[in-house]
Amino acid sequence: MGRYVIRRLLQMIPVFIGATLLIFLMVNVMGDPIAGLCGDRQCDPATATQLRKEFGLDKPVWQQYATYMGNVFTGDFGTAFNGQAVTELMSTAFPVTIRLTIVAILFEVVIGIALGVVTGLRRGRPVDTGVLLITLVVISVPTFVTGLLLQLLLGVKWGWISPSVSSEAPFDELIVPGLVLASVSLAYVTRLTRTSIAENRRADYVRTAIAKGLPRRRVITRHLLRNSLIPVVTFIGTDIGALMGGAIVTERIFNIHGVGFQLYQGILRQNTQTVVGFVTVLVLVFLVANLLVDLLYAVLDPRIRYA
Amino acid sequence: MTDVLLEVRDLHVEFRTRDGVAKAVNGVTYSVDEGETLAVLGESGSGKSVTAQAVMGILDTPPGKITSGEILFKGQDLLKFKEEERRKVRGAQMAMIFQDALSSLNPVLSVGAQLGEMFTVHRGASRKEAKAKAIELMDRVRIPGAASRVGDYPHQFSGGMRQRIMIAMALALEPALIIADEPTTALDVTVQAQVMDLLAELQRELNMGLILITHDLGVVADVADRIAVMYAGRIVESAPVHDIYKAPAHPYTKGLLESIPRLDQKGRELYAIKGLPPNLMNIPPGCAFNPRCPMAQDVCRTDVPPLYEVTEAGADRVSACHFWRECLNG
Repeated sequence: MGRYVIRRLLQMIPVFIGATLLIFLMVNVMGDPIAGLCGDRQCDPATATQLRKEFGLDKPVWQQYATYMGNVFTGDFGTAFNGQAVTELMSTAFPVTIRLTIVAILFEVVIGIALGVVTGLRRGRPVDTGVLLITLVVISVPTFVTGLLLQLLLGVKWGWISPSVSSEAPFDELIVPGLVLASVSLAYVTRLTRTSIAENRRADYVRTAIAKGLPRRRVITRHLLRNSLIPVVTFIGTDIGALMGGAIVTERIFNIHGVGFQLYQGILRQNTQTVVGFVTVLVLVFLVANLLVDLLYAVLDPRIRYA
Repeated sequence: MTDVLLEVRDLHVEFRTRDGVAKAVNGVTYSVDEGETLAVLGESGSGKSVTAQAVMGILDTPPGKITSGEILFKGQDLLKFKEEERRKVRGAQMAMIFQDALSSLNPVLSVGAQLGEMFTVHRGASRKEAKAKAIELMDRVRIPGAASRVGDYPHQFSGGMRQRIMIAMALALEPALIIADEPTTALDVTVQAQVMDLLAELQRELNMGLILITHDLGVVADVADRIAVMYAGRIVESAPVHDIYKAPAHPYTKGLLESIPRLDQKGRELYAIKGLPPNLMNIPPGCAFNPRCPMAQDVCRTDVPPLYEVTEAGADRVSACHFWRECLNG
């Protein structure tokens, strides 16, 4: 197990370097970092040169990247052009998004797996057909539609929730946004669990467990569920990464000042430092989430642990 | 006089599928005494495994359904039991060994956990006790280094060792009856003999009834006391093992025996029973074997043969053939 973890950690290094290099090149070489600095007008040549020199943009690209990575590892993500440190933006944005992600993942795990188990065990029955139909609808309708619809109904018409989330974004205000954010993945988790359960239900080892005279509950939880959850865990793990960075739509709709919101602002105002900084951290989040998935995978399936 | 442990009476099992009703078991009757080994012989689809699953109460329902019959275990009809009572019998008083140990063991739980579970669930043992019991069981089925391997997973064992673990699991609570469904089919020939010997030895030690389901006549001759031959969901012949080898009283049994390769017949063409087993959704009228039978007469195509007592060649024999006498003599 120890060697497996070390190997997995070492694999993360080239991925991190490759991904950040790609982002860096895209923003700094293919785009013009100072294009957005002088408002809507073009910068005059003298100012442009001075700015380039100030930000080190006149140096070769590899040197710029090295400097940037050096800064990243010392916790310096630069400053947004309004003078605010990017790390400061992060320290307000990430806690909000993390809370939102936790709410969303909880929905996926609790509701998604529960529905998946129920439908998987009752395949072809009305419950199964009903749930399957709902998941299909949820998957086909884009998030902004579900989001806006729930905001309109629950927030504006019936007044059950406040239509926009306050800047502190406590958990209770994030329940509906979290559900919206989770909706599509939740539907996928349900379907994935259902298929997996239905497939494993007829497996020989389940028959053995029944033949051993184990109570039905134990057969399902200890023998059937544990085997069936392996693909589901992979999906949920990678989804954590996606939810952390991909909440742009949901955060816009409910006015949540999280990572998606900051990224959106950064892109809109061409704040290079903000965008690169956030994306770099998101790459790390993705990598860590994937690492956790692989470790969990190994915990669930010994055949991987000893391979 | 030994007591009758299990008695299956006129059992009927159907599988209702979209394509129709498959009659997998059509009136099977057999019994096993304490300490006795009954070999149930037959081709794939003859209903031997389905009968066993019905006895264990692990039939896939739906589509499978027991339509009539009785399964008397120690004198009580299991089919009248509630599911919870039935569950307590399973594993504790009757256990099953499956064919493919790799797929029949849970791949994500250690063998110790799977063995120990028998004691925690049925006997309320603590985890520590269960682990000690698991090691003891693994020792008993002669797995080398049991104490160090108790935490290993099924894929880390060889095929023979895995089947030993299956046997250990079945023996865990010292049940009165063991049903082994082709326990050696997935193993190498050399390992087959070892596993079979181990099973026979433990059976003797614990005086268990054993139902050995197989299509391997070679295995049967060494270990079984009685043989029941199944065809299309019915018992076609049942007799003590030596009598049946000496003189089969059913053309199907005869065909099976003649299709065993023998060293003294080297070079000659191997006998094969003509035709294919019947479609269980459309079993031929009369004797189910009549389309493939070399002795078939008109009566075989119309009348289902009852189980005739075969009186002439040893006691305690039955055959479901109108012409059992002719078969016996020729």
